[in-house]
Amino acid sequence: MSITIKDVEHVANLARLELSNEEKEQFTGQLNAILKYAEKLNGLDTDNVEPTSHVLPITNVMREDITRESLPIEKVLLNAPDEEDGQIKVPAVLE
Amino acid sequence: MSEATKYETVVGLEVHVELHTNSKIFCGCSTAFGAPANTHTCPVCLGHPGVLPVLNKQAVEYAMKAAMALNCEIADISKFDRKNYFYPDSPKAYQISQFDQPIGENGWIDIEVNGETKRIGITRLHLEEDAGKLTHVDGGYASLVDFNRVGTPLVEIVSEPDIRTPEEAKAYLEKLKAIMLYCDVSDVKMEEGSLRCDANISLRPYGQEKFGTRAELKNMNSFRGVQRGLEYEQIRQAEILNDGGLVVQETRRWDDTQGKTFSMRGKEESHDYRYFPDPDLVRLNISQEWKDRVRASIPELPDARKARYTSEYGLPSYDAEVITSSKKLADFFEESLNYTKDAKAVSNWIMGDLLGYLNANSLELSEVKITGQGLGEMIGLLEKGTISSKIAKTVFKSMLESGKLPQQIVEEQGLVQISDEGALVAVVDQIISANPQSVEDFKAGKDKAIGFLVGQIMKETKGKANPALVNKLLLERLKA
Repeated sequence: MSITIKDVEHVANLARLELSNEEKEQFTGQLNAILKYAEKLNGLDTDNVEPTSHVLPITNVMREDITRESLPIEKVLLNAPDEEDGQIKVPAVLE
Repeated sequence: MSEATKYETVVGLEVHVELHTNSKIFCGCSTAFGAPANTHTCPVCLGHPGVLPVLNKQAVEYAMKAAMALNCEIADISKFDRKNYFYPDSPKAYQISQFDQPIGENGWIDIEVNGETKRIGITRLHLEEDAGKLTHVDGGYASLVDFNRVGTPLVEIVSEPDIRTPEEAKAYLEKLKAIMLYCDVSDVKMEEGSLRCDANISLRPYGQEKFGTRAELKNMNSFRGVQRGLEYEQIRQAEILNDGGLVVQETRRWDDTQGKTFSMRGKEESHDYRYFPDPDLVRLNISQEWKDRVRASIPELPDARKARYTSEYGLPSYDAEVITSSKKLADFFEESLNYTKDAKAVSNWIMGDLLGYLNANSLELSEVKITGQGLGEMIGLLEKGTISSKIAKTVFKSMLESGKLPQQIVEEQGLVQISDEGALVAVVDQIISANPQSVEDFKAGKDKAIGFLVGQIMKETKGKANPALVNKLLLERLKA
């Protein structure tokens, strides 16, 4: 299944990217080339291979339920575009 | 309701329950409710570049415990996935959740509606992180974001579409809440958002197998709200179908004040979350030994307790259902039984005076001071005749407020029942001589007159006279 301009527009929309017509054309070609390359995997027999969800051969990395000090509020707000009463102020997203 | 009767309602519920760990699911920030905005945040839960989440073991064990209590099969291998979406409540622009390998699957719970038991299937239970909290300001043009809640561990519990009425939905939620409280994995306070519920609802003509088009209801902030929202939606969809229209598949917001649902424009055009395994988190292997250890920590659950209360103590099914609906109440009941053998009496006091008082004053059991020991000992004093049933009401009220044990209350307030014949004779004689008219009435065959005389004696002794003894002494004298 190859990628169409419509697919590129859909993905761009989900990623909140605004693309020009040239870019859409360009990415459609590039994405198709990448998928074609990945299609080589279809030539392999994977019947007895477990799906890989992680490349590291380790499991069950966990921490105990202990609280640590949080970041001071001044630092938390350093990256905020705007703030009000210790809260981060952003444009509303209409529901 | 005639609009809805042609159609069968099909409901599935998605319930989010916050697990009450001390720290967040992937970092050490506190999960305490009510802290000043953004003071429980750090680079991990704020989604700063280069940070790594580390899974909270307690959150996994709570999720396993909850899944087991809901009769789910527990996965041998589980993993975490990224659910991608842009919204200001999510600083990473993805939520760490579980897609195809949840902690638990294929469970069920039994609910009781109108005296009938019904089994509701649980599709799955998975672990994920909570989002932040938005407050809309400036007339809706801006939002304030508090990230304290981001990263609080949640379990999402998805039911099968087995629910057929709004009452069943409410019963399902109540049962779920009771089970979570028994397992002690969450506070389950809907008003603090530690239990949240979305509902999928569709209608189909009776006899049709295929489901109708569903609407997803959000923003129902109480069990009653869920029931009302579903009742409203049932009628709305029936009206559309009766007019030959089509129900639109959409998300609708319940407005509790207006008692209506409203269409919400989708926050994502299509639900295209592009799940993929989170490369920051390694696989979770759940060994049999680990499962066994968690399973051993699950206490007796409401259904098992209810069965025991009816068989072992002979309680009516209804009483057993009410008492086991809350773990605190059931524990109170059992504590009382360490001090009296009369389970039915304990149940009667709980069902009547205790719940009556709590309901009338909108209180929780934890907000009154009475103990199970107090109630058990009070019933003992009643059995021994130390206090009358009238005095018991006074003692009970006093225990609710002071938490003192009944013996102490009785002594302090001088409430011991007068069962000494010598002491009562004088009062009986005094009342008889003061009320010659009543005595005459009784002798003339008006049996009711004795009630007045008993009342006078009780008044004179401040309710402390032993009623049986008063009756005996009065009759002896009046018939003499």
